[in-house]
Amino acid sequence: MSVVDRQEWDVVVVGAGGAGLRAAIEARERGARTAVICKSLFGKAHTVMAEGGIAAAMANANEHDTWQVHFRDTMRGGKFLNQWRMAELHAREAPDRVWELETWGALFDRTKDGRISQRNFGGHEYPRLAHVGDRTGLELIRTLQQKIVALQQEDFQETGDYESRLKVFQECTVTRILKDTASDGGSAAGRVSGVFAYDRETGRFFVLQAPAVVLATGGIGKSFKVTSNSLEYTGDGHALALLAGAPLLNMEFVQFHPTGMVWPPSVKGILVTESVRGDGGVLRNSEDKRFMFDYIPEVFKEKYAESEEEADRWYEDPDHNRRPPELLPRDEVARAINAEVKAGRGSPHGGVFLDVSTRMPAEVVRRRLPSMYHQFKELADVDITAEAMEVGPTCHYVMGGIAVDSDTAAARGVPGLYAAGEVAGGMHGSNRLGGNSLSDLLVFGRRAGRHAAEYARALAHRRPPVDDAQVGAASAEALRPFSAGAEGEAGPRENPYTLHQELQQAMNDLVGIIRREGEMEQALHKLAELRVRARRAGVEGHRQFNPGWHLALDLRNMLLVSECVARAALERTESRGGHTREDHPRMDRAWRNVNLLCTLADPAGGLAATDPARGQIRLTRETTEPIRPDLLALFEKEELVKYLAEEELYE
Amino acid sequence: MSSYEARFQVWRGDEQGGGLKDFTVEVNDGEVVLDIVHRLQATQAPDLAVRWNCKAGKCGSCSAEVNGRPRLLCMTRMSVFDRAETITITPLRAFPVIRDLVTDVGFNYQKAREVPAFVPPPGLGPGEYRMFQEDVDRPQEFRKCIECFLCQNTCHVVRDHEENKHAFAGPRYLMRVAELDMHPLDAAAETGLDRGRTAQDDHGLGYCNITKCCTEVCPEGIKITDNALIPLKERAVDRKYDPLVWLGSKIRRRSGA
Amino acid sequence: MATGTEPQQNSGGVRTRTRAAIAAPHLRTDRWWLAPAATAAGLLAFVVYSTWRAFANAHYYAAPYVSPFYSPCLAENCRTMRAGPNADLFGSWWGISPAVIILIFPLGFRLTCYYYRKAYYRAFWASPPACAVAEPHRTYTGETRFPLILQNIHRYFFYAALLVAGVLTYDTVLAFRDQHYRWGHMGLGTLVFLANILLIWAYTLSCHSCRHIVGGKLKHFSRHPVRYRAWQFVGRLNARHMQLAWASLLSVALADFYVYLVASGVFDDPRFF
Repeated sequence: MSVVDRQEWDVVVVGAGGAGLRAAIEARERGARTAVICKSLFGKAHTVMAEGGIAAAMANANEHDTWQVHFRDTMRGGKFLNQWRMAELHAREAPDRVWELETWGALFDRTKDGRISQRNFGGHEYPRLAHVGDRTGLELIRTLQQKIVALQQEDFQETGDYESRLKVFQECTVTRILKDTASDGGSAAGRVSGVFAYDRETGRFFVLQAPAVVLATGGIGKSFKVTSNSLEYTGDGHALALLAGAPLLNMEFVQFHPTGMVWPPSVKGILVTESVRGDGGVLRNSEDKRFMFDYIPEVFKEKYAESEEEADRWYEDPDHNRRPPELLPRDEVARAINAEVKAGRGSPHGGVFLDVSTRMPAEVVRRRLPSMYHQFKELADVDITAEAMEVGPTCHYVMGGIAVDSDTAAARGVPGLYAAGEVAGGMHGSNRLGGNSLSDLLVFGRRAGRHAAEYARALAHRRPPVDDAQVGAASAEALRPFSAGAEGEAGPRENPYTLHQELQQAMNDLVGIIRREGEMEQALHKLAELRVRARRAGVEGHRQFNPGWHLALDLRNMLLVSECVARAALERTESRGGHTREDHPRMDRAWRNVNLLCTLADPAGGLAATDPARGQIRLTRETTEPIRPDLLALFEKEELVKYLAEEELYE
Repeated sequence: MSSYEARFQVWRGDEQGGGLKDFTVEVNDGEVVLDIVHRLQATQAPDLAVRWNCKAGKCGSCSAEVNGRPRLLCMTRMSVFDRAETITITPLRAFPVIRDLVTDVGFNYQKAREVPAFVPPPGLGPGEYRMFQEDVDRPQEFRKCIECFLCQNTCHVVRDHEENKHAFAGPRYLMRVAELDMHPLDAAAETGLDRGRTAQDDHGLGYCNITKCCTEVCPEGIKITDNALIPLKERAVDRKYDPLVWLGSKIRRRSGA
Repeated sequence: MATGTEPQQNSGGVRTRTRAAIAAPHLRTDRWWLAPAATAAGLLAFVVYSTWRAFANAHYYAAPYVSPFYSPCLAENCRTMRAGPNADLFGSWWGISPAVIILIFPLGFRLTCYYYRKAYYRAFWASPPACAVAEPHRTYTGETRFPLILQNIHRYFFYAALLVAGVLTYDTVLAFRDQHYRWGHMGLGTLVFLANILLIWAYTLSCHSCRHIVGGKLKHFSRHPVRYRAWQFVGRLNARHMQLAWASLLSVALADFYVYLVASGVFDDPRFF
């Protein structure tokens, strides 16, 4: 076995997006020597894609805004499945987290009196999103990145080494979390002892020994064909946690944004912001019909216009007319688009038409939707003032994730493991409100960093040892793609790119926005087949910056996570938030307090996966903790009746 | 919809050496160069190294040179090329090559560390910051930067003169100095840090001969030269070459004291 | 040393050994040389023309027009221009063309101008000839040392250029006379002068130093609303600095050429009223 380089750190943060960087800053400020590992270059994380803003009840735009109102909006958005304590902490702490960014140099758009400007967004009762034009995520990442650099400059002053207390290992991938295997079975067993990683540039393996590991790896969108997510979103953190023995929570909840670009291929999945519809954009099918009028659900009938004439009047006179049905909630619009395409009335590339060109003069389009105009012009060579956009649902966000303790962000069942951001579950319930993800990153990133640092300090003198056997196994696993197909296994060597494309297609078609029992069972079979074939995924060349190899290793994670999504979605026989079952179209109060937990079926048996039907994931149900009475009291009884089961109401 | 076979030359190799390799690959309507690179990976060269991430022009990862011009691969549409022409893709040529289209951009991260960070104003707590839009407009433009390093790559000061890398921070980090100097609440001056002066003394502003290639290649359309570098040069002139301003500031300081 | 085994000469620049091994100094396939070539041609043409005219010391006054190359006229050997820009600061010892004295200032202004610097660094110095096209020089120190460090005095030339523009404005006012110095008249030359002075002002005010001085140096625009508006105005002009630089260069040459034509009797200034 080759010698693997080892370093000692107090806290290792996996992922350098908003949550990871915030965690690293907190851990370092609390005295922990902190290492950050990220797959891309420092500052390129998917967080830069966030446009809308950071939701925080600072009450700059409306003085009535409070954390309680924000909490209420978040719970409603999540259809009351949220881990309520997380939603509470999030709403309470978000303003401080935003203000803190200003002290690190962030420059938000301003109000007239010089405070942070806040904008309206779907689901938020008051204007609440701190923003910087439509590049808020970039501002967030840059601010945190520059704060990291500021801390490194401090360390340089003191120690002469920028990286003495805080180091970013960029372009490195963690493939395994290492655990203490003390055989006495006492409290020491099963604790985190470090991570096994490889450097993408050189392909070299290394181990960071650390008592505490924070996972902040983001989402899983790259398992779907059409997604707004970036390269990194292969569910690494979800899979690492699973493999380390931690459960994933409610993985069936995946948010699909109704309007992503579908054509041209170069931009497939990229978001078309909601304000296009808010400003007068209409949806048409291939027969040039404004089809949304056919999809207004019974419960919304009174609130939405019945005729095109009325809908058109609304833009000018919203007080005396009802809203156009294009502005129905995201899931309704996404469903309608899906139905039109399935009925054969879609656009040439499998979407529908979103048209502003025939509704507004060109200069109005350019003035009101400058970033969309440029997005289409520059990326797609489409002039939206002259032709319609083709749009369709795109995989956007996963609400499910690692099951964590609300206050400490500690992953359940694995001492020393923490999770924050999109990779953590619970906070958003079944559906996330726009703007709540960036605040989530900051609030729980900080909490994870803090508790990881404290935990690490307590173990400073009895750091869990790294088990050589685990390092050896991890090396062998990582090297496997180079020898795949040569070991006399049944079947030919597989191309990882082909496997990835098949996985994306299967998830998109079978576990996508509208789900059916039969299709999901089909998906599970397909996943089992892919799993077997992925064992034979082989690569050419050597270890130095080899994208084929990187993908072959990421496949393991995507397959694990995809199976979680499919199994949980099959199990939950209702429709709620980001989970829509055609065969169970209604929300069921009996499911309100049920969490679905995914764990590895055979933690000891590796990932041999010889039995396709059984799969790698075991599902368990769990009843959620009742919502604290003072928080329940924030809602009207009539509203609660819609969500909560009888016995919950009368406790 | 139509597709055609396009001819490409892609630089493959590492620091030991390498060269342009010929490929013929299918191109479909509406594709960008990065799509073609992905198709090469999936069909002909699975280990072709390239950096990419968001594929939407927002992360600044997929910087390379297409037909000799520094570009983001995801923002370069195939439709701008003639179908008959051979398209050349090479890595950034100002930085050490790692493999294929991937270069070592560590120079930029090193320079980032050398710019002193934002200094928070003493006496103002979180939530007490008051800034006005007209004051934050200027630094906000610079904060649009996605750090693709195309400006750093194209700047002849370091591209053509390796030896200047030591003394010259490059457009991106001089712009960072300008950003902080224009930040309405940056308190560096109170701590004795004169950012305008350090631009010239520490970050090599004098090397810039304002030939504007940084502005030309910026995918975010930031007016780096006009709005950051030249104002910074003028600020340096204030400090070092303008006796009137110097005298004025002396008098004001005295009368203010 | 055996031949053929030495490592490739470290030739610097894009061919530094650590960089991707590509022999060509650049791989651009577009006509990148067009812009620097056009710039060089344009600037050279102006230099040739203005040198001829500046040293000609003749045909620079045709009442009521005075060539902008000779205004203000600061030596004793100037032609007397009634109410014109005569100011005998240099006295009688100055023997050569008086244009040379005053032209130092607009020349210096343009020579240190941030746009012209770009233009001639690219076109004449090839430093660089175009973006991502390797420059031929072995070393480069930019504007860090003498003489190019003197580019920092641009703002003093700007102050001087303001004065010169003031004088040229005065000349333009004088152009509202006829050949007999009676007020309230206009000829084709008046229009040429008007166009020229507008472009001169636009170019002068669009100067980067001007933009800095009127407001760019401030940290808080919010506390200086008037200077903020001035800065915004100059900023809008500044965005067209290149176009204005060329337009005013052309117009000043044309104004001079017009005076030359009239003064040398090629044709009479067409009078409107």
